[in-house]
Amino acid sequence: MRYAFSVRIGPIGFRIGSDWRAPIAELQSLYRDYPKPHDGVPDFTVRLFARRPWRRLIRPSVEIGGDYMLPEAAPLPLRQGLLAAEMAMNLQMALGARRYLLLHASAVERDGRALLMTGISGAGKSTLATLLAVKGWRFMGDEFALLDPATGLIHAFPRLISLKNEAIAAAEAAWPTARMGPLMPATPKGDIRHMVPDARAIAAMDVPATPALLVFPRYGFEAETRPVPPAEAFVRMTQASTNYVALGEAGFRSLTGLIADVPSVAIDYPDGASAIEQVEALWSAL
Amino acid sequence: MVRPVNDAHILARALADPASIVGLDWDGWTALLTMARAEQLIGTLAMRLDGLPMPDSVKAILADARAAAEHGRRAALWEAEMARRALSAVDCPVILLKGTAFVAAGLSAGQGRSIGDLDILVPRVSLDAVEAALLAAGWEWVKPDPYDDVYYRRWMHELPPLIHRDRDRMIDVHHTILPLTARITPDAAALIDGSMALENGLRTLSPNGMLVHAAAHLFADGDLAGGLRNLWDIRCLVDDFGMDGLDAEAQSHGLCQEVGRSLRVIDALFGNGKPTGIDRFYIRRITARDGWGRPTRPLTRLAFYVRSHWLRMPPAMLARHLWTKWRKA
Amino acid sequence: MSGTIFRGPLDGGLLIAPLDEFTAVYHRASGITHLLTEPAPQILAVLGEGASSLDVLLERLGRDYDLDDGTPEALAARLEELVEAGLIERA
Repeated sequence: MRYAFSVRIGPIGFRIGSDWRAPIAELQSLYRDYPKPHDGVPDFTVRLFARRPWRRLIRPSVEIGGDYMLPEAAPLPLRQGLLAAEMAMNLQMALGARRYLLLHASAVERDGRALLMTGISGAGKSTLATLLAVKGWRFMGDEFALLDPATGLIHAFPRLISLKNEAIAAAEAAWPTARMGPLMPATPKGDIRHMVPDARAIAAMDVPATPALLVFPRYGFEAETRPVPPAEAFVRMTQASTNYVALGEAGFRSLTGLIADVPSVAIDYPDGASAIEQVEALWSAL
Repeated sequence: MVRPVNDAHILARALADPASIVGLDWDGWTALLTMARAEQLIGTLAMRLDGLPMPDSVKAILADARAAAEHGRRAALWEAEMARRALSAVDCPVILLKGTAFVAAGLSAGQGRSIGDLDILVPRVSLDAVEAALLAAGWEWVKPDPYDDVYYRRWMHELPPLIHRDRDRMIDVHHTILPLTARITPDAAALIDGSMALENGLRTLSPNGMLVHAAAHLFADGDLAGGLRNLWDIRCLVDDFGMDGLDAEAQSHGLCQEVGRSLRVIDALFGNGKPTGIDRFYIRRITARDGWGRPTRPLTRLAFYVRSHWLRMPPAMLARHLWTKWRKA
Repeated sequence: MSGTIFRGPLDGGLLIAPLDEFTAVYHRASGITHLLTEPAPQILAVLGEGASSLDVLLERLGRDYDLDDGTPEALAARLEELVEAGLIERA
């Protein structure tokens, strides 16, 4: 394609091709400290393209394509090209990943052990991971945690952190030195701005961690902590995994193993500071 | 391998002659894997290249593809088994078609093959009983659209598609192998009579029946989308069974031209044959794919899209069909 | 009904992970995960040794698992659910 870029995020290599320069230039800048795919062969290809040749220039509209696609993926305006690229990369992971059980969770690490946080959109898994990283935890990812069926270890997937609406200002305040992508107002998901994970997260992204705690956070409630019964945790994690079914037996063994080995806890929290306190208390009681 | 790869011949060659991948550089591998995914042949490629020397990154991607194909095989066989249970009380032969038949019979065409819907063939007289039994066992209509429904029932060679409410898998119930509107009307009763039983009581077409069906599906009933995969099926069937009696079978269904073209095209794509005449045009369409997985040669593609509708429907009917679609869109 | 023989996956056809009152069961033939409660895992365990009729099943569940409060009607309903899920079939 006319413009191209490749990058490796954790163990996964991507190649992104585009009919326009702008999205590729933004990716090059934001992912400048990341390595290239192993052997130069990416796991997934993403394409950002114009449906018709003239749509490259006139009211340019970015169609999303790649190895794995959803027919309903609607095009985005060119100024949201970076968002289109990130969505397409996520889509490849969600539909195509087979080597790891994909958990829709954020992850941070301390002393070689991983804390996983999962929940519906708005539960605060991204925000909490960022706040914990400020407090000295290693950021492993805010969207997908990769559970290796062969080892039971969690691999990092520290892609750009996708901040939405009020989370943008909160993250900027918590992490004033972080590098930021362009502010994209009024996308289908609201205002979006991408933040580059800190240098440590990128430098250590090939180092896996042993899962130690599974947390289901819920924002906007009185602080409360309760254990989640194994069957409930299992069902919620099958729903939080896009490839649980596709992995078959390996998925079943990995997930039942994770649930058996790692305590599952639901946390209701009124604000970030309180959540950090609750998490730290749980962690030190492990 | 410096020149950009913009044609799926590289994929056809890798399937037919796995050793041809030796010496592929990183970009060549990337193009090959991307094309194979786009043509839904990545699992097949992975099986063909198993054990050959290749970079670790490629090895890992192909190992994933083999695992995915194995999962797909299992799911397809299970869907067939559930259909068998649902139809066990209907007294009629149930014949598996296409990918599910290949894996159920352990044929080389099934190795690594991606399999979508479950396709079965039943005698036309049993259609109502089959429909009722499937509905009773949890399958539901996909489209509630009355125009599509009337269209299907009147003109197509299958029931409107059904999907299982729990397993989310589709079944296509055919009573013949080409639409009733097609110029050619294969002898469905003879295909059913010639079918062969599997151990579990389900059936497949005879080897020549499978070949004739694959050729009809490709050259008399489609815009050649997924053509490379269908041609690979045909090549594997010829490899497994040879061609004894194929001419006579093709003749009895009026499909000599399609079967002959299939054989010439697989010889050109996977062997040393030199295509001539209109075959070259078919090959241009079938290999229209670049190293980014993009479809290429839009004019050739369009010609086949129009042609595909033409083949299935007489022109006036085509106009009516397209008009109804446009008005609704 | 009581004459019907039921058949389930034989030994090795299932992966079983007890969670709490629920048991996660992976059915190898279909690749489908089921979440089951008593007495379904026990029924599958008995049928894993060989096909069986409802009466024999009822007796075995009572003897081997102390599940002796079940009625034939209740068991028939559980069996019907397992048939619909594809985990067992009428032989």
